[in-house]
Amino acid sequence: MSDLGYDVAHMLGAVVLLMSFALLYQRRLFSLLNVFTMQALALTATAAWQAYSHGEPHLYITALLTLVLKAILIPVALHRIVVKMKIHRTIEPALGIGLTMVAGVSLVTLSILLVLPVTADATALTRENLALSLSVVLLGLLMMISRRNAVSQVVGFMSIENGLILAAVGVAGMPLVVEMSVAFSVMVAFIIFGIFLFHIRERFDTLDMQKIESFRGESD
Amino acid sequence: MGLVVSAIAFLFAVAVLGAAAKRLPQASTVVYGGTAAACALIALWAALRLAGGGPDAALVLPVGLPWIQAHLRADALSAVFLIVVNLGGITASLFGWGYERAHHDSHSGPQGGSQDGPVLPLYPLFLAGMNMVLIAADAFTFLLSWEFMSLASWLLVLSTHREPETPKAARLYIIMASFGTACLLLAFGVLATAHGDYSFAAIRDHAPAAGAAALVVVLILLGAGSKAGLVPLHVWLPLAHPAAPSHVSALMSGVMTKVAVYAMIRVLFDLLGEPDWWWGGVTMGFGALTAVMGVLYALMQDDVKRLLAYSTVENIGAIVIALGLALVFKAAHTPVIAALALAAALLHVVNHSLFKSLLFFAAGAMLTATGSRDLNRLGGLIHRMPTTAVLALIGATAISALPPLNGFVGEWLLFQAILNAPALSEWSLKIEIAVVGAALALATALAAACFVRLYGIAFLGRPRSRAAGEAVEVGRAMRLGMAVPAVLCVVLGVLPTPLIRLFEPALRLLVEAGPFDGRAYQPWFWLAPTSAIGNSYNGLIMLVVIALLSVVLVLGIHRKASDRVRWSIPWGCGFDGPDPAAVTQYTASSFGQPIRRAFGSTVFRARDHVDMPAPGDTRPARLSVTWTDPAWVVVVEPLSRAVGWLAEKANRLQFLTIRRYLTLMFLALVVLLVMVAVTQR
Repeated sequence: MSDLGYDVAHMLGAVVLLMSFALLYQRRLFSLLNVFTMQALALTATAAWQAYSHGEPHLYITALLTLVLKAILIPVALHRIVVKMKIHRTIEPALGIGLTMVAGVSLVTLSILLVLPVTADATALTRENLALSLSVVLLGLLMMISRRNAVSQVVGFMSIENGLILAAVGVAGMPLVVEMSVAFSVMVAFIIFGIFLFHIRERFDTLDMQKIESFRGESD
Repeated sequence: MGLVVSAIAFLFAVAVLGAAAKRLPQASTVVYGGTAAACALIALWAALRLAGGGPDAALVLPVGLPWIQAHLRADALSAVFLIVVNLGGITASLFGWGYERAHHDSHSGPQGGSQDGPVLPLYPLFLAGMNMVLIAADAFTFLLSWEFMSLASWLLVLSTHREPETPKAARLYIIMASFGTACLLLAFGVLATAHGDYSFAAIRDHAPAAGAAALVVVLILLGAGSKAGLVPLHVWLPLAHPAAPSHVSALMSGVMTKVAVYAMIRVLFDLLGEPDWWWGGVTMGFGALTAVMGVLYALMQDDVKRLLAYSTVENIGAIVIALGLALVFKAAHTPVIAALALAAALLHVVNHSLFKSLLFFAAGAMLTATGSRDLNRLGGLIHRMPTTAVLALIGATAISALPPLNGFVGEWLLFQAILNAPALSEWSLKIEIAVVGAALALATALAAACFVRLYGIAFLGRPRSRAAGEAVEVGRAMRLGMAVPAVLCVVLGVLPTPLIRLFEPALRLLVEAGPFDGRAYQPWFWLAPTSAIGNSYNGLIMLVVIALLSVVLVLGIHRKASDRVRWSIPWGCGFDGPDPAAVTQYTASSFGQPIRRAFGSTVFRARDHVDMPAPGDTRPARLSVTWTDPAWVVVVEPLSRAVGWLAEKANRLQFLTIRRYLTLMFLALVVLLVMVAVTQR
């Protein structure tokens, strides 16, 4: 692969990671959804670039799926949910933003320290790519635990999935079936999440997890 | 080997029959007959292979984990223990058949075997489990069989669940069994890590490093020790063993503890490679503690079966002392002495399985005849049950290590090994062995006192309860079940050498020497092992001398004693007048009191309380004795408090919010990743 191909792939992966940090930084739900859209776009670009530079046409399908599902369908749907539930002005980090960012940076350090020695004999691109995608996954988890609102937890979950796709497109020879199944399981998960969000809202009049906890039978 | 596996499979089939034909009157005949036949087959096979000079039959079954399969192998060591287990199985089946029928007929037995839980389907399974442990040749099969054995015996303990003490005993047993299995699991995990291969052959080829080996030694002593009843892990044993029906008690106490000894020998001598000298030191220390404490506990019991269970603790202590000695001498590269100590251990394993089965059978016979296990409610049984009395006397004499019975030979061999301690180079070991030898001598003497007490109170004197006065001799099957081990006790005491010769392949396998190496003159009736002191023992001469002395004594008494008739009340304790039999004769507590006073007040915090009525009050005075087991105070109670505290803390985890659960998982993931990153450096 040419140096350019390597650099561009690296850059696109880095953009996906950057968007993860941006997700952590957002306080409003709308901007959160926008950043999520941008992450999906960056992921689309990564997949398309890998397809082009590796000459693996099936990755174009991955790119297309990501574009349609992650960058258009899910953000639009989430957007509508937020509007419909009138929670677009909610400000809701459970952990301080500064602290979250510090934690995020240390997670990235950890995944680099972890992945680079483990995959010493893989190609440079794969190594970087795995480190980046592990960071994205961990940041998505961090996002899920540092937010109170159910919608932003859904976004965190989706960004974990973005990390998985990033790892999948970076590894040469990953069969299409894997990506397809991941994409469809996310689709199903999203539908279920949507239904649940409405039900929760209908039942408890809020999407704030802190408040919903108090409805649990066993807690005091 | 196929024969053994088929016999075990047959045991499973018999178990199914026992479960299916539970309501039929012939079911017990089928189950006990089938079990005895299978056991006889395996025992015969093992004895023939052993006599043929060390068997090494192996078989790989396509079951178990897919990448391991089940490795089975019977070498000389397995064969020795196969004989022990299956001999116990045969006699217990014979006795159990009669016992079950006696309790079935009476319908009012306090511990009705057949009316209570299902003994019939579980009994063959228990024996099958023990046999499987002995022929397992990979860690997975071994642990599976071990757990199978534990669960079967646990269910057998639970079969008397209507008795008030059983649930507590069963609960404690299952906890200790799980603890033991967990320790063994960890031990085999450490052993297998070197190459990730669980078969014993691979483990043997790749002996672990010193640190790992030390860990394995400790884990095995805890894991197998808890099953064998090493102090302070013995607390479950005196509760669980007596709770089961008597023939199962005999198997648990006389045989299952030997399977634990087998596990110790297998790992310490076979799988771990060259031993360090301190392994034997630690093992011996545990053994000495176990021997002395066990017999002291036994001396304070009034319940016959519980007394026997505590006495098992003592005997296991003696066996473990012998194992420790063998380890020490093996590490010191004096293989002949090591073989001597190991031969003592194996001989004691066989002996104990014989006389402990016999004594448990006798306890079962007493229970059948009188409905009581309380020593203070027995007495005078020698008149009502003469056969049982004679057979029990043989058992009591043998376990007290009196010549010319087999218990003496085992202890004698063990002391021969102990007397070789000056040949060692470590001073700490020389001193320890001297102390251990003294402790063993003390334990043996106390054991003799303990069984004089048991026999004297139960069989001699006057009946202490109406039931004891009206007891009738037990059935023929039960008497035969007792007679077989009794005869073997005498035979092995008089002629121990052929049996030790039979052990030789196992000894050569484990310490690469036999106890007779270096002695030219070796007739079969003379026991003369090689040692620095060069002693020898002849059971035949001993038998003849004792017989002659007895004849002289009897004749002398009959001829010389005054033949003036004197009438008095036996065990009258100076009382004249109305028959004071039940109230004033010497009781079990009276017998135990001096020893309880000497040892109990410090070790067990034993206290006598006398409730003395005021003058003029007609109420009788009462003496009550309280004592506490230090193992409960030091080990069990703090442990159970710690577990309770931990459970209390962990219980809070149940009431976390979803986000906290996610956080916990996230943190766990991060911590694991950090560990991976650190170990990759």
